[in-house]
Amino acid sequence: MRWRRGRLARKVNHNLALLFELQDIGFEYDCVPALRGLSLQIVEGESIALLGANGSGKSTLLRILNALYFPSHGSLSFCGRRLTPQLFNQDAFALSFRRQVALVFQNPDVQLFNPTVFDEVAFGPLQLQWPREQVLSRVNATLELMNIAHLRDRPPYRLSGGEKKRVALASVVVLDPDVLLLDEPTSTLDPRSQSQIIDLIQDWKGASKTVITATHQLEIVEDIAGRIVVLEEGKVAATGTPAQILSNQELLVRANLVHAHRHSHGGLTHSHPHLHSHSKHGHEH
Amino acid sequence: MSRGFVESTIVSFSRALSRALMSEEIARQPGLLQSLDPRVRLIGLFALVLAVTLSRRLAIVLALFLAALLLAVFSRVSIGALAKRVWLVVLAFTGVIALPAAFLTPGRPVVVLAGGSLRITAQGMATAALLIARVETAVTFTTLLVLCTPWAHVLKALRSFRLPQEAIAMLAMTHRYVFLLVETASQMFESRVSRTVGRLPGAEQRRMTARTAGVLLSKSIDLSQDVYLAMQSRGFRGDIRILADFRLKPWDYVGLLAFLCAGGVAVWLGR
Repeated sequence: MRWRRGRLARKVNHNLALLFELQDIGFEYDCVPALRGLSLQIVEGESIALLGANGSGKSTLLRILNALYFPSHGSLSFCGRRLTPQLFNQDAFALSFRRQVALVFQNPDVQLFNPTVFDEVAFGPLQLQWPREQVLSRVNATLELMNIAHLRDRPPYRLSGGEKKRVALASVVVLDPDVLLLDEPTSTLDPRSQSQIIDLIQDWKGASKTVITATHQLEIVEDIAGRIVVLEEGKVAATGTPAQILSNQELLVRANLVHAHRHSHGGLTHSHPHLHSHSKHGHEH
Repeated sequence: MSRGFVESTIVSFSRALSRALMSEEIARQPGLLQSLDPRVRLIGLFALVLAVTLSRRLAIVLALFLAALLLAVFSRVSIGALAKRVWLVVLAFTGVIALPAAFLTPGRPVVVLAGGSLRITAQGMATAALLIARVETAVTFTTLLVLCTPWAHVLKALRSFRLPQEAIAMLAMTHRYVFLLVETASQMFESRVSRTVGRLPGAEQRRMTARTAGVLLSKSIDLSQDVYLAMQSRGFRGDIRILADFRLKPWDYVGLLAFLCAGGVAVWLGR
């Protein structure tokens, strides 16, 4: 399946390249701050990895970008338009936004609530009021693309972890969104499934889609992102190319992305930061 | 060997999940009720439930119960499963409520207990029997609707009768919440078992279950909020949209007429 270049470029009247603009964003869960004064700009067609330790605010940021949460302070704009709950009360805008920006949740169980895999994948297109024939053809094509056609009539609750993740991805891929927000898409997957998902992300990159992936797996970021945003305690700690970020050991240790690794050589024990890298560095010391 | 309280709870959760999944399978197989438009099923079975509620004669309620049995057989719903899942449970709950009526309703005594201080009257027995029969029959019709109709079709049918979007969203979420609750509970109890050496005394197991209940509730509520966000994220706006188009065929009109006539006659004869 070929991925079409986004509809966004046609829709944005000014400032063509800027997709998301977050200024001084704050967000709290029951008075516990998750994001604190976060500012970020995301340009159309970018592939970004949000790197951060557990609790650094990655998932919250993705939910804000998907307009599921709204910041308690600061401003969030999409294509130059400020996103507010009131704006999402308008059906036309809400459906158009949901068509363009899609989120794959970290826990596939929350995303699977239909009786069969087919119904699950068809859920999004039906909500977006696509014509019946288009729904059928897109769902069938997506099931083939994701290699889950054989699961079509199975209840999603009964699938293995890897299969659930693929169905959750398919339920979003079917919408052919311009912006994909992926929350830990490769966590808990076996190596082959991880590799297939990385291939998919690379396809989306090639098709000029905007792909924002939250992860703490350093070994995959070079493959999936052209820019890394490091989050630390709800703020942007650093941003740069994978080469710049991955070579900054001090930053990685501070952001809790690498850990001290103890070795014993004969009678001598010493520790140093431990970094796995996928393609270039191997197991780097 | 008898199972402990926790193990029994896990098995019950697992069975509940299997039953819920089995309902969707029954709903998708061919059968009498399944062949009718979901809106006809909804109105027709509601009419019969109404007739059961309005009928004052036990014979008429029993006739409606027989009709429910026939509907179940022709819709390929297992009578054994209905007996275990519906009739016995309803009997247990309604029986507790109906039992005092057998003693308290004035009338001709048929059984005298405790030296004459407790008397079961014929009128009391009739009242209790009518109450139990009504509840059993009404619940059987409702169960048949749910078993023979995919949940999404039930919701779409309700929506086509102008039930507010908010109510539909609540029903949709409730259905998913039950699944989540069962899944989460099952996982929590399994993790408990994996960390428990030997078998705890029954009282301790029950205490542990009670302590777990609160945590389970808040966990599953959190999860269900995430499910709602995931639905929103894919464009859910409160309306149920499914691939199947509801179109009334001549057979649906026949079915609707049959339901309404049966309900009307039952109300008339059961006055």
